[in-house]
Amino acid sequence: MTDLPKSTTRKLGLVIDLDTCVGCHACVISCKGWNTENDGAPLSDQDPYGADPSGTFLNRVHSYEVQPDTGPAQLVHFPKSCLHCENAPCVTVCPTGASYKRVEDGIVLVNEKDCIGCGLCAWACPYGARELDAAAGVMKKCTLCVDRIYNENLPEEDRTPACVRTCPSNARHFGDFSDPESHVSQLVRDRGGMDLMPEQGTLPVNKYLPPRPKDDWADSSVLAPFLTPVADEPRGFLGWLDKALDKI
Amino acid sequence: MARTQPQIDTSPKVSDQVRKTTCYMCACRCGIDVHLKAGKVAYIEGNRDHPINKGVLCAKGSAGILQHNAPSRLRAPLRRTGPRGSGEFEEISWDEALKTAVSWLKPIRETAPEKLAFFTGRDQSQSFTSFWAQQFGTPNYAAHGGFCSVNMATAGIYTMGGAFWEFGAADWDHTKLFMLFGVAEDHDSNPIKMGLGRLKERGAKVIGVNPIRTGYNAIADEWVGITPGTDGLFILALVHELLKAGQIDLDYLSRYTNAPVLLNSDAKSPDFGLFLRDEDGTPLVIDRNTGKPAAFDQPGIRPDLAGRHRHAGVTHRPVMHLIAERYLDPSYSPDAVETRCGIPAARIRRIAAELAQTAFGEPVILDRPWTDFRGEHHAQMIGRPVSFHAMRGVSAHSNGFQTARALHVLQILLGSVETPGGFRFKPPYPKPATAHPKPHCKTTANAPLDGPHLGFVQGPEDLALKEDGTPARIDKAFTWENPMSSHGLMHMVISNAHAGDPYRIDTLFLYMANMAWNSSMNTRGVMEMLTDTQEDGTYKIPHILYSDAYSSEMVAYADLILPDTTYLERHDCISLLDRPISEPDAAADAIRWPVVEPDRDVRGFQSVLCDLGHRLALPGFTNADGTATYADYADYIINHMRKPGIGPLVGFRMGDTGLKNGRGEPNAAQIDSYIANGGFFTMHVPEEASYFKPWNTAYQDWAVSMGFYDKPEPYLFQLYVEPLRKFQLAALGHGDRQPPDHLRGRIQLTFDPLPIWYPPLSDGHEDPVEFPVHALTQRPMAMYHSWGSQNAWLRQIHGHNPLYLPTKLMVRHRLKDGDWVRVTSSHGEITVPCAHMAALNENTVWTWNAIGKRKGAWALDKDAPEATKGFLLNHLIHELLPPKGDGLRWANSDPITGQAAWFDLRVKIEKSVAPDESQPVTSPQASPVPAAPKSLRWKVGL
Repeated sequence: MTDLPKSTTRKLGLVIDLDTCVGCHACVISCKGWNTENDGAPLSDQDPYGADPSGTFLNRVHSYEVQPDTGPAQLVHFPKSCLHCENAPCVTVCPTGASYKRVEDGIVLVNEKDCIGCGLCAWACPYGARELDAAAGVMKKCTLCVDRIYNENLPEEDRTPACVRTCPSNARHFGDFSDPESHVSQLVRDRGGMDLMPEQGTLPVNKYLPPRPKDDWADSSVLAPFLTPVADEPRGFLGWLDKALDKI
Repeated sequence: MARTQPQIDTSPKVSDQVRKTTCYMCACRCGIDVHLKAGKVAYIEGNRDHPINKGVLCAKGSAGILQHNAPSRLRAPLRRTGPRGSGEFEEISWDEALKTAVSWLKPIRETAPEKLAFFTGRDQSQSFTSFWAQQFGTPNYAAHGGFCSVNMATAGIYTMGGAFWEFGAADWDHTKLFMLFGVAEDHDSNPIKMGLGRLKERGAKVIGVNPIRTGYNAIADEWVGITPGTDGLFILALVHELLKAGQIDLDYLSRYTNAPVLLNSDAKSPDFGLFLRDEDGTPLVIDRNTGKPAAFDQPGIRPDLAGRHRHAGVTHRPVMHLIAERYLDPSYSPDAVETRCGIPAARIRRIAAELAQTAFGEPVILDRPWTDFRGEHHAQMIGRPVSFHAMRGVSAHSNGFQTARALHVLQILLGSVETPGGFRFKPPYPKPATAHPKPHCKTTANAPLDGPHLGFVQGPEDLALKEDGTPARIDKAFTWENPMSSHGLMHMVISNAHAGDPYRIDTLFLYMANMAWNSSMNTRGVMEMLTDTQEDGTYKIPHILYSDAYSSEMVAYADLILPDTTYLERHDCISLLDRPISEPDAAADAIRWPVVEPDRDVRGFQSVLCDLGHRLALPGFTNADGTATYADYADYIINHMRKPGIGPLVGFRMGDTGLKNGRGEPNAAQIDSYIANGGFFTMHVPEEASYFKPWNTAYQDWAVSMGFYDKPEPYLFQLYVEPLRKFQLAALGHGDRQPPDHLRGRIQLTFDPLPIWYPPLSDGHEDPVEFPVHALTQRPMAMYHSWGSQNAWLRQIHGHNPLYLPTKLMVRHRLKDGDWVRVTSSHGEITVPCAHMAALNENTVWTWNAIGKRKGAWALDKDAPEATKGFLLNHLIHELLPPKGDGLRWANSDPITGQAAWFDLRVKIEKSVAPDESQPVTSPQASPVPAAPKSLRWKVGL
C-alpha cells in the first residue's frame, strides 16, 4: 500500500470537450510519439506489421453509439487517459511505492525503477487507464507530459501536454483546477463539466464537457415568417422582384 | 507504505535541432517541426506559425516518424524478373534504370509522343510534372483529380471562379450557420477541424448532411441522413423555398452575378440560350437608370433583374427569369422531393427558414470601406453569415457536377460568397474559368506539346479531338463523352490502353498512384488488363514505368521501378502555380527540404525527371550547349520561370534593389530563405481587399502585383453557365463540331446551363429494385488512402474495416456483429464481415476506404487482418456501366466532367456462411523489401 498526499498544492488536469471531439485520434498518436521518445521506457509495439498488432498507448479514443428515445442515433467520441484522481486507487494499491501522486501538482506518476510490473494498479483503476508495457515490463500511464509542462527547453506556449497542443478541434484543455478562475475551471462551470463514474469515489481531476443537445427539430414557429411566400409562380415573383429592386 | 516522491527531471533536453518542413502524410500540407536527435528523426509536431495548421497536427502527421522509417520503403531501383503482378524484382543501379527508361521513351518521342501516357496520382508537384510532360510532347498527362473530386473543382471554377478546399473556406470567425455536405473528412482536414472548433467556441450552428454520422457529422448540432446521390434535389428544394419567400440577396445578385445578363429567348434562334453581347463580346444587362442595355461592367449602371429586352426581333430576358421559372416549379418543392431524399418536407422547410433567418436576419456588417470594379465606393462590407462545405460525398456521383453547381448557386442566391460570414476564396483564387488555360493536345514528333494539357473548355471548339473527330487523349478527356474533364480521367487510362480505344500506347508511366489496387474501379479487371498479353506473348501495355516510395500493390505490376524518397528526404515546392496552401487572408507557398538524407539508394522523383528530361534532350531541361538545365528539383524550384518574373515560389525573389516578393528574378538563396522562414512564405491580403475579391479593386490590384493575373480581371458569378449551353446547342445540331448521335440526348439532358438534378446514370443500367442498397466508402481521419496500413501506429487504430449496416438491414437479414455478408452489385460480388451502425441512412452500407490490402504488399505479414479480413468495395464498381446492348462502352462517370462515379454504387446484401477470408482472395505478391520487425521500441535518443 502506498499513501496519497493529504492534499496537493495545485490540481493539474485536462478538460475534454465531448461536444467538439471529432474522434480523429490526433491526441492518441501525438501522445504515443512524445512518450515513446521521451520520459521513461518507450511505448512498445508487438507484432506491429503482423496479424494482431498491439502496443502501449497512454491515451485512446473510444466511440460509442447513443440511441436517444427520440431523434436519430448519435456517435460520441470519447478520449480516455489517466484522470489523475485525488483519491487514486492505483496509488494506494501499489505494493512498492512506484505509483505516486505528486504533492505539488497532483499528477499521478509511476517510478519505473520501483515498478515490478505486478499489474495491481491497472486492476484497481476503474477507468482502464494504465497499460503494462510488454517489452519493458513496467506500468505506463499518462504523465500529463510532466516533461513538457515545466520544460524550460520548450517555448512557454509549448509547455502543455502533447495531446492538448496537437488537438485540431480544440477539444482538449489543460490547466489548474485548484484555481477557480483558471480556463479549465471556467469551462467546467460554464458547460456543466462532469466527473467520469463519480460513484467510484475516485475524485477524478480530469473533467468531461457533455455533448450539447442535438437534433432539436422541434418548434419552428419563430422561423415561419422567413418563409412567407412573396409569390407562388414566376409571373408573380417577377412582379415582386421589380418592386423589391426599386427599394434597393 | 509511507509516501515517497522521487526527484524527476522536468526539463529534459527535447532535441538537438528542429527542422521545419511540410507534412506529406496526406494532401493537407501542414507545417511540421521535425525534432532531430543525433541526426535522426525523434519527434514530429505541428508548426505554430504555419498558415494551414497553426501548430495542430492530426494522427497521420504525428505518425510520420513511422512512415519515414516504414519497412515498406523501397531501397533501390528495381527491374522486374518474374511475370507482371508477381512482385519478383532484382535491384539495379540508377544508371541502368535511367538508361532503360530512356531506351523506351526516346523512340516514342521521336515518332509518336502520344504513345507515352504519364499520370501522376497524388502528386503535389503538378505544375512541374505537367511541364515535363508538355516538353516531352505527349497529350497524355493528368493527375488523380478525375477519380477524386473534379466535379467539385470544375463546378466551382465555372460557377464562381473557385470551389471548396484549396480554393476557399468558410469565414470561420464570422459565420453563424455552417452546412457540411457529404464525405468531407478526407480533404482540408486540419483546417476544417480547427474551423469546427472555432464555431463550437462561438456557439455557431453546424448542420451535417451525410448518409453516415461519423466524424464531423457526429458533432453536428443537426444531422440530415440523406439518401446518397440526392443532395442536388435537396439543395434545389431549399432554393425553391428561398425564392418563393423572396429570401435572396437581390442587391448582390444584380451587382455581382449574371442574374441580370440578357439571354436570347427565341427558341428558333441558333443562339437560343446564349448571352446578348456588345461588339467587344461583353455580356449586356438592362440598366435600371436608363432602361437600356449596357455592358455589365459599365460605371454607374444598376443592372435590372426583371425587365425584358427586344433586340433584332429577338426577345431577351435576364437569367433571373429562367431561375424563377425553373425553381418555383412545384417539382422542386420539399413535398415533391422528401421521399427520394429521405428527408421530411417539414425539415427541408425548417432548414430553408434557418438559412434565411441567419443570412438576412443576422447580417455581419464590417466597417471596412472598399471600392468595386464599377468605381462605386462602399462604406461597409455587409455579409450573409451562412457558409457551406462539400467534398467527395457530393462529387463522386454521375450527377455530381450539377449537384456541386446547385450548392454554389444556393450560396450565391443567399449573397454569401466572398462576403463577411460566408465563403471566402484563398489567393490566387478567385479566378474564373475564362482566366484559366484551355486544353492542348497537338503532338509533333521530337517537339513539345502545343500548350498546357489541362484547362477549361468554353465550348465544342476547345475539345481535345483529332482532325478526324476521334479523341486526342488516351483517357478521352475533353471529348463528347465528358467535355469538361479539367483534371483528366486517370481511372480510364489502363482500361482504354488495354482496349486500344482510342489507340494503343507503348509506355505507361505512373507516379504515386496505386492503380493495381484501391485507386482503380474494377480492381481485379485492372490487374488482368495490366498482365494481359497479345498473341505473340508480349504485354498489351508494352512497358510500365512506376515511381513510388513504398512497396505498394502497383509496384508488382511495373517493369521498372524508380524508387522515390520519403517526404522528409526531399525537396518539393507547394506552389501558387499549382495547388496552393493559401488562406483567405494570405497567399502562401511552402517547400519541403531534406531534413534528413536517405539511407537507401533512392532519389526524389522530381529530381529524376530533371535528369530524364536532360537525357531525353527535352527543351526546358537541356541548355543550348547540351548540358542539363537543372541539376535537380531544388535547382528547378529556384531558377525555373514560367513567365518573366513568375517562378514556382513567390517569396524572396530578386528585384532591382534587393529582395522582393511576388514577381521577381530568381534568387540563388531562395530555398535557404524559406528554410530560415520556417519552410513557408505568406503575403497578407490588404484589409480593404479581404472580401468581395472578384469585384474589389484593392484585391484585383494586389493580385496583379503578386503575379496572379497580368491585369485586373473582375467578373460575374455564373449562375447560368453559357459553355454548358454551347454543348447543348451542338447536341441540337448547331455548329460545325457535332457530337456522335448516341450522345446527343444525354448532352441535351445533362448539360443544363442552370443546375438540375437527375438520378445517378447507373440507375438507367441496373435495376434499383434488384440492388436497393447504396454502398459508400469513407476515408478514416487517421489514414490517407492505402498509405496508413504500413504505419504500425495508425494500423492499430484502423486495422479492420467491417461493412457497417443500418439497423433495418441487420434486423432484416438476422445479422449480428462479426457475421459475414455477401454483397453483390451488377458488376461483382464480395463476401465480407459486417457490423451494426445505427447512425446511418437506413438504405446505406459503408466501410473504411483502402484498408484492405493484397498479401505481400506494404511489408505487412501475409496474415495481417488487412489482407485476410480487409476488403475493397472497388471489386463491385466497374469503370464502365453495364452494357446496354448497343455495343458501346459507357463510362461510369459524370457525363460532364468524367468524374469517377464511385458513390453511385448500388448493391444487394445476403447473409453468408463465414469463409476463411474475405472474398475474392487475390494471390500474394512477392515483397521486394525485407520482412518487417516483430516488435518496435521506437526511441532514437538515449
